Amino acid sequence: MFTFDGRSIPHDGRQSVAAALLAAGIRSWRGTRVEGRRRGVFCGIGVCFDCLVTVNGVPSQRACLVVARSGDVIEPQDELREGT
Amino acid sequence: MIDAGADVVVIGAGMTGAACAYYAARAGLTVTVVDRAGVASGTTGAGEGNILLSDKSPGPELSLALHSVALWRELGETVGDAQIELERKGGLVVAASATEHDTLSAFADRQRAAGVEAHAVASHELPGYEPHLSPHLVGAVHYPQDMQVQSMLAAAHLLRAARATVLTGICVVGLLWDGTGGIRAVRTDHGLLSTTRVVNAAGVWAGRVAALAGVELPILPRRGFVLVTQPLPELVRHKVYAAGYVANVERSTAGLEISPVVEGTRAGTILIGSSREHVGFDPAMSLPALRGLAAAAIRLFPILGGVSAIRAYRGFRPYSPDHLPIIGADKDVPGLFHATGHEGAGIGLAPATGHAIAALLTDRRPHVDLRPFAPERHHVHL
Amino acid sequence: MSTYDLVVIGAGPAGLGAAVTAADAGCRVAVLDAGPRPGGQYWRHRSGADAPSHTDWAVFAGLRARFDQLDHHPDAAVWFVESRPDDVGPQFAVHTHSTVVYGRRLVIATGAHDRVVPFPGWDLPGVVTAGGAQALLKGQGVVFARRVVVGGTGPFLLPVATGLADAGATVVGVYEANNPVQYARHVGAVLGAASKLTEAGRYGWRMLRRRVPYRRRMAVVAAHGDDQLVGVTVAAISPLGSVVPGSERHVGCDGLAVGFGFTPQVEVAVALGCETFMNRDGSLVVRIGPDQATSVPGVYAAGEVTGVGGAKLALVEGHLAGDAVARSLGRARPLRAGERSRLLRIRRRLRRFAAVMHAVHPVPAFWPDLCDDQTLVCRCEEVSAGAVRQAVRELSAGDARGTKLLTRAGMGWCQGRICGYATACLTAREAARPVSSVDLQGHASRTLMQPITLADLAGDD
Repeated sequence: MFTFDGRSIPHDGRQSVAAALLAAGIRSWRGTRVEGRRRGVFCGIGVCFDCLVTVNGVPSQRACLVVARSGDVIEPQDELREGT
Repeated sequence: MIDAGADVVVIGAGMTGAACAYYAARAGLTVTVVDRAGVASGTTGAGEGNILLSDKSPGPELSLALHSVALWRELGETVGDAQIELERKGGLVVAASATEHDTLSAFADRQRAAGVEAHAVASHELPGYEPHLSPHLVGAVHYPQDMQVQSMLAAAHLLRAARATVLTGICVVGLLWDGTGGIRAVRTDHGLLSTTRVVNAAGVWAGRVAALAGVELPILPRRGFVLVTQPLPELVRHKVYAAGYVANVERSTAGLEISPVVEGTRAGTILIGSSREHVGFDPAMSLPALRGLAAAAIRLFPILGGVSAIRAYRGFRPYSPDHLPIIGADKDVPGLFHATGHEGAGIGLAPATGHAIAALLTDRRPHVDLRPFAPERHHVHL
Repeated sequence: MSTYDLVVIGAGPAGLGAAVTAADAGCRVAVLDAGPRPGGQYWRHRSGADAPSHTDWAVFAGLRARFDQLDHHPDAAVWFVESRPDDVGPQFAVHTHSTVVYGRRLVIATGAHDRVVPFPGWDLPGVVTAGGAQALLKGQGVVFARRVVVGGTGPFLLPVATGLADAGATVVGVYEANNPVQYARHVGAVLGAASKLTEAGRYGWRMLRRRVPYRRRMAVVAAHGDDQLVGVTVAAISPLGSVVPGSERHVGCDGLAVGFGFTPQVEVAVALGCETFMNRDGSLVVRIGPDQATSVPGVYAAGEVTGVGGAKLALVEGHLAGDAVARSLGRARPLRAGERSRLLRIRRRLRRFAAVMHAVHPVPAFWPDLCDDQTLVCRCEEVSAGAVRQAVRELSAGDARGTKLLTRAGMGWCQGRICGYATACLTAREAARPVSSVDLQGHASRTLMQPITLADLAGDD
């Protein structure tokens, strides 16, 4: 399990954060900087940077590339609100 | 190509060419701007949009810069600050050592006497200006008149406001003369442009344009790189640079020089300059230069260490041997005017340059004394 | 610092082919790959898993078995490449986040990612690229949505749809914007690549079995939903590539996988100054000679970067590149002449087939008309089609680089990888001229090939 926005999310030990979130029914975890548009996985292979997420306090990690580990604290990125 | 002739043909659709077109149009002339690539595709598209007084020693360039700053403010009101991302953010020049601080303070005193606003900032006041600055800095000078502009947008909007005919992707290959030695037309690879007056605003390639008229103009490229970070919340409020920058700008050594210039942009990215190298038109990206920029930026703002760079770009500044721009009528070719050689200050100096060129084009007296910038001053060197 | 004979960038079919061939010939080889396991997008698999059901798994297993002769660096995305020639000849320094690898020769085998074009709603969560859906399935064991529409063009839509259906998703329909019946007009080239036919037939059978409807000349023209996908509009496409008015209908779904062919990842080649050109499918690709050599001495390219043509072609090009590298270094055991001419024959045949594939599956002409001024083109910087058009119309942007400088399209996190093609097309169209390689080059230069922290950049050596 890792936590996403305070919620416990299961993973199988070799899944990306994005895969585990999708498997848990979570479709989006980022709000864009200009218009606050919702984003999740798009390219799935590290090319588009749409799936950015904060991993253990480090912002803007590609959820489709980061392998989920138990105990990880994953947070959504609301870039409009944070002004990023 | 249909003849898009005009009262004036400006060669170069960068910031300088756009400003020349804008002020010429305001003076009542019709203008065609021709560029071998695109609008702002040369040095203008590869800079940081600096409008600085802080780095200018009292002298002719500072006079030009003071006039330019006033004109930029006017342009911001005419075109709209937001349209061209003109930010009146001020500059902060920081000193890392007591020696550097003394030099900086003395420099600021001389600038103040020449009409520049410059305020000493003590080290304990620095967090109030820039909360993320390194705590190891000794002091700084705040220059409220320094500004920043998105230079590509500025060039494009000035060209639009000038209602100039803009021809991109077209190369100038020669000039045609009438029977009396005056210019009759500009020859391009797509046909002729009838005109009697030509402004050479071709930046780093201005020497090649001058050569078409049989004139030598000593313009050389000085390579520079800019690093761009990921978009961030506002971390850097001013244009912040180290006092060593001024010394590097005015130096002429061939090796790589790095002095950090750090600033935020409307897009949320932080731009990190500046490096200077005399390596001709070598387009290769230099990893040592990028490393040096990153290290220098972190020394100013330690927080940037954890920030990602997502892009880097390269440009060539057009410079002349005495580091002063070349602005004025060509003494040997009636109807030919030069506006180039601004090195890294071209964005800031563009409006005053264009304003002066427009005055010359319409036989009025330029607002700034152009004698120090006279094209023929280099003849003695040749 | 030790210098390899060859550094291969990419461990897909092309990279593996080059690496093992060069290693067999006696070269010291390093393979750098962004992925955690070799195989690239084509042989993507889960850790510890074997996928014997994969059509070419035996080929991959054979390549993998020869890995002990070379140094494979997984999770090693390249962020910078330097050319550092010395007295001996060309030399390259390839930088990854964990190491710097030096080589006398370079094989660029960086593959491709999905080519996508914008349409209203394309940035809603639930819309993914076809390759993204496939990667989640094959690499992660996750079906990205329950009720899925697959759309776009190209043979790749078939394995994506069947894979999703086999894994339990309801595939509501596959909407192929072109008409694959057109392959019949190129009988010679298609028969020359007979395995492609069997492959298509196998997918066709699996689709029938799973009752996946396959619609030709139909396309997804809009995606709907507030903060996630709830449905799409599909419409019929005329033979000339425009939407047939009145043919639109709504299809409910929570997932859309979309792809219009592939965009080769050419930034390493561009950074090194290799010549590029616009291929028949509209993508920017690296120009190579008969032996896979680029215009830059010491640099070779293989696979999708030289023109999208599929895994088999990539593998063959890889073998040829590896052989050419070994020969250029004077190695004793390059490929035998017979083997080499066999590979050249296959390459010729597969390239002919690729040309047919590009002719049958062009990016359909309708998409720019679907993009109203509000439709985003650049997802990263949130630049709309309207802003791109205005840059051309009012601000004299002459090419796609001009559009980029004036609108920021392509300046964000992805550095134009996703929007570069569309920005180039929209720019050219607004300027009333065909797209050129100059437009595509405007978004192909990525000096920093991956984000890197300033601390790492400052400290790397």
